[in-house]
Amino acid sequence: MQLNKVSLILAVLISGSFLACGGGSDESNSNSNEDSQSMYQKEERVDPMQDKGVGPITSVELGPIDDAMVAEGKAIYDSKCTSCHKPDEKYIGPAHKGISKRRTPEWIMNMILNPENMLANDPIAKNLQGDYLSPMANQNLTEDEARKVLEYLRTL
Amino acid sequence: MKLKSFSMINLAMISVVLLVSCNGNKQSGGALGTSDAASQVYVAPGTYDEFYSFLSGGFSGQLSVYGLPSGRLFKVIDVFSQDPQTGYGYSEETKPMLETTHGFLPWGDAHHPELSQTDGVPDGRWIFINDNNSPRVARIDLTTFETAEILELPNSAGNHSSPFTTQNTDYIVAGTRFSVPVPQTDMPIENYKGNFKGALSFIKVDPETGRMHIAFQILMPGWDFDLAHSGKGPSDGWTFFSSYNTEEANSLLEINASQRDKDFIAAINWKKAEEYVAQGKAHEMPGKHFDCTYNEKTHTASNELRETVQVLIPEECPGLVYLLPTPKSPHGVDVDPSGEYIIGSGKLSADVTAHSFSKMMKAIENKSFDGEAYGMPILKYDEVLAGVVKSGGLGPLHTEFDDKGNGYTSFFISSEVVKWKVGTWEVLDRAPSYYSIGHLSIPGGDSRKPWGKYLLMLNKITKDRFLPTGPELCQSCQLYDISGDKMKLLLDFPTIGEPHYGQSIPADIIMKNSKKIYKLEENENEFAVKGEGETKVIRNGNRVDVYITTIRSHFAPDNIEGVRMGDKVYFHVTNIEQDWDIPHGFAMMGNNTSELLIMPGQTKTTVWEPEMPGVFPFYCSDFCSALHQEMQGYVRVSAAGANTPLRWWTGSAPVEE
Repeated sequence: MQLNKVSLILAVLISGSFLACGGGSDESNSNSNEDSQSMYQKEERVDPMQDKGVGPITSVELGPIDDAMVAEGKAIYDSKCTSCHKPDEKYIGPAHKGISKRRTPEWIMNMILNPENMLANDPIAKNLQGDYLSPMANQNLTEDEARKVLEYLRTL
Repeated sequence: MKLKSFSMINLAMISVVLLVSCNGNKQSGGALGTSDAASQVYVAPGTYDEFYSFLSGGFSGQLSVYGLPSGRLFKVIDVFSQDPQTGYGYSEETKPMLETTHGFLPWGDAHHPELSQTDGVPDGRWIFINDNNSPRVARIDLTTFETAEILELPNSAGNHSSPFTTQNTDYIVAGTRFSVPVPQTDMPIENYKGNFKGALSFIKVDPETGRMHIAFQILMPGWDFDLAHSGKGPSDGWTFFSSYNTEEANSLLEINASQRDKDFIAAINWKKAEEYVAQGKAHEMPGKHFDCTYNEKTHTASNELRETVQVLIPEECPGLVYLLPTPKSPHGVDVDPSGEYIIGSGKLSADVTAHSFSKMMKAIENKSFDGEAYGMPILKYDEVLAGVVKSGGLGPLHTEFDDKGNGYTSFFISSEVVKWKVGTWEVLDRAPSYYSIGHLSIPGGDSRKPWGKYLLMLNKITKDRFLPTGPELCQSCQLYDISGDKMKLLLDFPTIGEPHYGQSIPADIIMKNSKKIYKLEENENEFAVKGEGETKVIRNGNRVDVYITTIRSHFAPDNIEGVRMGDKVYFHVTNIEQDWDIPHGFAMMGNNTSELLIMPGQTKTTVWEPEMPGVFPFYCSDFCSALHQEMQGYVRVSAAGANTPLRWWTGSAPVEE
């Protein structure tokens, strides 16, 4: 109990300092009340559009939206992702609408393919873990499957 | 158990440090010995054992997986007994595995694990094990560590000399310990002699799939067939079965089956048997038996009833069987790595008998026979004998081999292992067992390529070795280092059930093939759902099928209404996780069957018949995540005939039928 209070206070202080540092589009800061309930210490702030994450994907070439890939990606998404994610609303995990404007494609694919390491080592992923408690599950997608899911996510 | 051995090791280490620092003498006494042994069996946290060891559970009916040299228990593989922990034999998918001609059997007596071999070397593909009580042979897939098939054996009545492999897993053999009327019929027991028969089954194993079928049986006289091993190298093509009770006694065998000075090791030429079968010499006899298989894609077992077996009668098949006289009711029959020596252990004797395969072939060629039994030539003892190990022990049972030309024989009565030289038969060393050793086991010790580093003693009695636990005590293994001239005791560890026999294999042969998950897209279970979007509840009369998923940390659906008294509710639980080591459990309050344990990508089904109206919880019984305690749901049960609509949901708006 004591410990919880201390970490709560810490979390409030730390998230407060984030806000003071100013202006991020990251959803983890959009609701400070929610943040204050995090059991996790906040990580140092990084620019999400620079963060490629930790994992096998170092570079992704994005072209115009490929409809065939989108259709395949949606099918995989519906089967493997929707138990925890909904496009439009926060559920077990964050809502995905507009994610391609908040995250690099490499980060998205690494989060799908390498969640354990991302949650342990990537600053943005660590913050999300604090907000959502349930860890991102590794659904053992292939790189090809993850790429198709990414294509679908670009349409949200 | 783990905790205890760690703290013992710690204590030993601390005491050694103290002693060594006090004495300043590294050579002194038992303390160094203890330290040495401790470091040899200490597998540091987070590191792996060198060997997998598969130890039968005996009367537990299962097969346990341990690591060597640590003696740590990793898993109990469900084989012949129901297991409420996993739902094996309780879930709708696995019940068909335990079907037999006697009906559903909840239990078996598992004795001899036997690894499949390629070129006489354990290959780590499958491990076979027998049910002694209701004759069956199981095949376990070593990519999943799950039972893949159970084959019943007709005409057999105590499947003890089983399941021993040929050097390329062409056949798994299974001889009966108890002879019976074949086919079964009502007759006076006193008519045993000449009328009861002992069937030796040769089970063909498909080299690709592992699927088993009985290729043929050899109908032997009414003797008790105790153990078996097949030839290797030069003796490949032959299988040797030990026998006792060639007196054909049917009562007080303790005395009446111990009258003769010698019984027989029956040498079966199975390549000859194949020829006879091909020539149409086999009789097709009625012999109903089940073959039960588990399909890894549907996650469901099914079975088929086979009606007949092909049977060869030795009298009609010259050259099929020769009898090697062997003293004093031989128990174990073991073939050395070269394939030349056939070792018989007369369990009422002090000595171990070694027959020579090449002398046997010469004796057959020269027709050096000493009469015959039921038309089978008895070879002259002196013409086939290679030597005798004058052990000085009493009650030899089993022999295994190392890679340096030595044999090791267990002695039950004198409770020890004797090490001897193959070929010269001289005794080199002996080591006590605590207590009453049955089998012994060396990794690859019955193959052409033993990894002769360790020897396991599998003991029946542990009196005073461990903390007492009331009248029932554990049985145990003892690990010996056999890399040097002298056997050195390293570790005692308790086991599940009776460690009747065990086989060990270097870990790297198996671990690289070990499956991590079942792929959800390959799940062909009739009731599987591939995502939460497909979950549903369907009523069909009084049957309600719930298609439900698990993922950290919720069920979908987790609220279900519209179940009525008198319904049978089938929960088809698909674990849609695709990550290693994330099983979920499913437990329904008051359900009078077991929980389910569902691996990632798997579907399992349990049936619940509510016994009163109300609202009842279910939950995940395998701690899965930080929000495991939140992983729960409710089923509302209404009175029979109530008009509560069938509805289900998770979080959002209910779906209605």
